[in-house]
Amino acid sequence: MRQTLTTMVSVLAAGVLAVGIAGCGSDDPLAPAESSGTNGAGAPIIVGSADFTENVLLAEIYAGALRGAGAEVVVKPRVGTRETLVKGLQDKSLGVVPEYSGNLLAYLDKAATQAQPDEVYTALKDKMPDGLTVLEQSQAEDSDVLVVTQETATTHSLETLEDLGAKCGEFVLGAAGEWKDRWEAKIKELYGCTFKEIRTTDAGGPVTVEALKTGQVQVANLFTTASAIDANSFVQLRDTKRMYPAQNVVPFGRADVLNEAATDALNKVSDSLTTELLTGLVSRVEVDKENVADVAADFLRDAGIPAG
Amino acid sequence: MIGTVFGWLTDGTNWTGGDGLLRRILEHLRYTVIAVLGAAVVAVPLGLAVGHTGRGGTVAVGVANAMRALPTLGVITLLSLTLGILKTGPVLLGLGILAVPPILAGAYAGVQSVDRAVVDAAAGVGMTSWQRLWKVEVPLAMPLLLGGLRGAVLQVVATATVAAYVGLGGLGRPLLDGLRVTDYPRVAGAAIVVAVLAVLLDLALALVQRQVVPRGLRLARTSVGGAR
Amino acid sequence: MIEDLSRYLGNPRNVDAVLELLLVHVRLALLPLVLGLVVAVPVGWAAQRFRRVRGAVLGATNIVYTVPSLALFVILPSILGTKILDEINVVVALAVYTAALLVRPVVDALDALPGHVLAAATAMGFRPARRFLTVELPLAVPVLAAGVRVASVSNISLVSVGALIGVGGLGQLFTEGFQSAYDPPIIVGIVLTLALALVVDALLVGLRRVLTPWQAPARAGAGRGAA
Repeated sequence: MRQTLTTMVSVLAAGVLAVGIAGCGSDDPLAPAESSGTNGAGAPIIVGSADFTENVLLAEIYAGALRGAGAEVVVKPRVGTRETLVKGLQDKSLGVVPEYSGNLLAYLDKAATQAQPDEVYTALKDKMPDGLTVLEQSQAEDSDVLVVTQETATTHSLETLEDLGAKCGEFVLGAAGEWKDRWEAKIKELYGCTFKEIRTTDAGGPVTVEALKTGQVQVANLFTTASAIDANSFVQLRDTKRMYPAQNVVPFGRADVLNEAATDALNKVSDSLTTELLTGLVSRVEVDKENVADVAADFLRDAGIPAG
Repeated sequence: MIGTVFGWLTDGTNWTGGDGLLRRILEHLRYTVIAVLGAAVVAVPLGLAVGHTGRGGTVAVGVANAMRALPTLGVITLLSLTLGILKTGPVLLGLGILAVPPILAGAYAGVQSVDRAVVDAAAGVGMTSWQRLWKVEVPLAMPLLLGGLRGAVLQVVATATVAAYVGLGGLGRPLLDGLRVTDYPRVAGAAIVVAVLAVLLDLALALVQRQVVPRGLRLARTSVGGAR
Repeated sequence: MIEDLSRYLGNPRNVDAVLELLLVHVRLALLPLVLGLVVAVPVGWAAQRFRRVRGAVLGATNIVYTVPSLALFVILPSILGTKILDEINVVVALAVYTAALLVRPVVDALDALPGHVLAAATAMGFRPARRFLTVELPLAVPVLAAGVRVASVSNISLVSVGALIGVGGLGQLFTEGFQSAYDPPIIVGIVLTLALALVVDALLVGLRRVLTPWQAPARAGAGRGAA
């Protein structure tokens, strides 16, 4: 019987040890992460992203560039929405995330009215929380856009959001959960639009696209670089009054993590990225189902940015 | 935190309307009931048959265990992509798969647990196989069978929250939506509603169990020392 | 479908990513198993020993299981003060579930101990602690093992839910596949989860055999010789 006890204890110990060693292969979850935040050189930079393809792609591009600059990088894709990402940055779980100037500004300052790219950027730099910063923004943009099917557009003669305004009461909108909090009041103010119902689908993903295709929603919030728009001949409603501000891609992260080398690398990325390029890259992942890291590597190579 | 959660739960606006808790609870119940009933339709006859004939036990147990290991999120996303997003079929199937193992195990174990002597006596009195099954084995198997059902309901109620990820309703909706905007009172509130729902359903089934379990069995249980 | 799958698996980057997710998944599923067991044994012992506590403890464990895992993952950072992305949130949540799951088997196992064996141990001079560790626990192993097997399968499945909060091992294959409307990652994720569950289950069965040599078939001749 004593043998059984000894066996039990040793097996248990071996088990815990094995599990612990398996943990050393990747980042150890129980170790205090980056305790010395100022010592960015030692600890890996953690790049986070939101739960949609383009953002994951941008995160991989940033990661590649940072590795090329000599940093050790870990990518944490599909972490959550802006709220979660910001929390992650603030409690040091994340180092940098790809963001969009307009929406980030709206998040940090609900009363912001700037809409043009440069104005948005200047206002954004002003509103940075302690310890966080944005680097140079790219000319590449990816905006929210409200779309309808070809049929709906023709039947109701819809070309702009103004056209939509009067008819909103007949339509159901499909958008991500956050949309309501951010835009319900603004769209009413600018375009006199109050939707019959705002249904949560997802962030411009397959659920939203399907809902629009099958008519469960008549208007959907997608992103301008999404391949689904062309693939389904959806009609983008023009935002004539600039409700959606400029959405330039910009790296948003901790000042202590983004040292000179990192900043340099990411600025090079922002420089080389254009909306056209971005849309093409997203299409390769969404439509051709290519691996995200592969596509990111191709971009960096073509742009002449050293990658790791 | 408790204060804000309580506040969210007692706020009337959160209960009514298209996105209100009442609607979500009904959706959640719908998914649960259909999935568990569907699973029972398949698993109860199967479990009874395997237990009664004594054949196919290892296969049945093996299949049930394999089904237990299927990750519900994976099954539901795959089925959604294959059968169509925003259709309830994938979710009902996925939850049904989750419910089958406990019900199958309950039915099988229930029949197996019947005292062989009793079954022999029934045969001795001249009952046919069919009569033995329905008049003797099934009633005596009720405690374990219903136990399996209760276990299944518990699991499905807790897991049905996943339906929200593929765009459907149910209590997973306030859970996931609240999570996305870090509205923790909403998340905690939804979780509490799920837990309460599970407890209520379990209590309801316990009452059913009390009604359905044969009087003789109940008496045998409660008497001190049980059968001699 | 097969074409898509072979294309997906043919890309080494994908394979690397999958293997890393698998490693994380193993860690997140097994650590809570050990932790949960370590908590469940003393709690179960107390519940079995002290009649008054028993009802309350068993009731509490039932309630714990009704809390949806996703909610627990999300609430824990606020309670524990951990970081939002810390894997520890998943580990603690799953350890809580495992402990809740294992308390009842511990109680049942201790209940079922043959009185005459315990009496013999006491008669031989075993103090309570030694009796518990060297007699009661080993005898409880078969029942406990059954519980641990169920808990391990449950954990392996629950870890994938963590993907919805950005942690999650193989679960990330499901969210990625769904968002990209692409089957292969999901299929690979399901297959690996199944395989993992099978392997861990087989290991646990083997472990149980090692720990209960007195249950070896009579042919092996070990039975009568054992203490």
